[in-house]
Amino acid sequence: MGLTTAARWRVLLTGVLALLSMIGFMTWNVQSDWAFIVEYRGSRLLAMLLVAVAMGVSTLVFQTLTHSRILTPSLMGFDVLYVLVHALGLAFWARLGLDSMPSVIFILDVLLMAGIALVLFRLLFGDSVRGLHLLILLGMMGGLLFRELTELALRVLDPTEFSIQSGRSIASFSRINLPLLWVGLVLTVACVALVFALRRRLDVLNLGRDVAINLGVPYRRTVTLLLVVASVLVSVSTALVGPMLFFGLLATNLAYWIVGTHQHRWTLLATVLVAVVCLVGGQLLIEQILQSRLPFVMLLELCGGVLFILLLLRGVRE
Amino acid sequence: MAGGAGLLVILLALTSLNVGASQMKLLHLLTQPDDRVTRVLFASRLPRTIALILAGAGLAVAGLLMQMLARNRLVEPGTVGTFSAASFGMLLAALINPGMALWLKFALVSACAALGSLLFLAILQRIPLRSALIVPLVGLVLSAVLATGSALVASQFELGQALRAWSSGDFSAILRGRYELLWIAAGMTLLAMLLADRFTVIGMGKDFATNVGINYAALMVLGVLMVALISASVVITAGALPFVGLLVPNLVRALVGDNMRRGIVLVALCGAALMLAADLLGRLLIHPYEVPSANLLAIAGSLVFIVILLRGRRQWA
Repeated sequence: MGLTTAARWRVLLTGVLALLSMIGFMTWNVQSDWAFIVEYRGSRLLAMLLVAVAMGVSTLVFQTLTHSRILTPSLMGFDVLYVLVHALGLAFWARLGLDSMPSVIFILDVLLMAGIALVLFRLLFGDSVRGLHLLILLGMMGGLLFRELTELALRVLDPTEFSIQSGRSIASFSRINLPLLWVGLVLTVACVALVFALRRRLDVLNLGRDVAINLGVPYRRTVTLLLVVASVLVSVSTALVGPMLFFGLLATNLAYWIVGTHQHRWTLLATVLVAVVCLVGGQLLIEQILQSRLPFVMLLELCGGVLFILLLLRGVRE
Repeated sequence: MAGGAGLLVILLALTSLNVGASQMKLLHLLTQPDDRVTRVLFASRLPRTIALILAGAGLAVAGLLMQMLARNRLVEPGTVGTFSAASFGMLLAALINPGMALWLKFALVSACAALGSLLFLAILQRIPLRSALIVPLVGLVLSAVLATGSALVASQFELGQALRAWSSGDFSAILRGRYELLWIAAGMTLLAMLLADRFTVIGMGKDFATNVGINYAALMVLGVLMVALISASVVITAGALPFVGLLVPNLVRALVGDNMRRGIVLVALCGAALMLAADLLGRLLIHPYEVPSANLLAIAGSLVFIVILLRGRRQWA
């Protein structure tokens, strides 16, 4: 129920495209032996899938929580918060002798970051979300502040080493943080399963806070849970490849257009599929078929930014 | 008030002349004058201090102008895409001919900066009913989009490192002979002071301005050009320096109110003082290394921006 025939076809088509991109990514232009290809491309593909799922789902959840189609957790500074927590935590974890265990550090970072994000969100906005533009501006300024503080901290801690550590201001799929792949996989699967289990509750949240409470949703608890999920997903994606500001926006809005409904079982599916097509398919197209060195993530970010301005203009006119 | 600000600028400028990697102090001019002392002073410290004053005053006034053109107090050249467009111009100049003559480069970067500002103002035109907050939001995203575009182009030509240097300004490389472009910014600052009345009227909207006999379109273009020339000279000399144009006019408004004919001199002086202070702090924080002023300004600027947003919350939400 819920989907028109045309929408069903569009979802199916996206699914096929996603599948084709994955197969193409693994098999196009194979010149060396398969064991190496499976290991090298397979780990990259897994990382891209994780990032696509994490970015898409966290943005979808966030947009439902805030009743807006232009917000992403990254726009609110979640990804930069992770980078800051990681940079500041590094010295501290090393003192505890944890620096040889990146997975443990990662989980500690994620916990810390989810806690801070929750406290910030509650402090600023209390129970309900009002003033969308204010929210985004605060998020962007907060993000800028975190980023510049991180830079300052790195510089002051070690002025000579600075140039080595900087330069990761935008995501890149040629430098994937592979040691975190498996723990990232576990976290992502757990989060997505949780979101999928809560899909009906998300549908109700979409109707607004008061309606949701009236219909028996434990509002505060659900929002807290979903915020934690969004923080964890953003952390996974940021830790694996680096920050991406607008990609989630692109994925969810294309997904809304494809399914034409706000039922989460469909939007969730479509968001994941679109995100996979964009990331894996786009990477395949640029890197293998066109043989270009174009940093593909920047291209995605560019499209997302333009889309954001367009959505902003249209939202005002309505 | 202006006198106090002037005194502050002089004090900061004297301190700036005394601080640096070499152990030169101004007093040495009297006690042990020799070649080395004068050379450090006139080749490095003095140019740097003058550059700071001119750039700070120019940027603060450019911010004020941009706020009047966009009719919004939460914008400045760094947050509406003017600086990003200017950095793109630097990139173009480096691609066309790395050894391009300075005046040609200046013209190119200014043109890009002007186009960036015009793009922003054109997008604003398409928003009929604007909330006070959508204006800076559009500007910030436009700025991010332009910056991403530049980064995309730069990555194709191995110019990413250079682009990052242009987008994050500091004054550590200023020597005699490498800051004189900033006198153009100083000229524009003076011009803005002379035309302060008219730009105040522009800030009241098209209908009102036309009613009192102002050539609205011409003055808008002039304003965009002045902002572009100031931005271009600063970006070429030192790199983009964010938030000076936002912090200072809002501070001055809080002090003396909205009358900008009286306020604009104070804006220029406070801009110079802020720039000097940011650069001094950057020089002292991890002496003898330096933190770029852009880094410190961005921290201060985003903090103050957040405070402004939260304080005006009831009005904006």
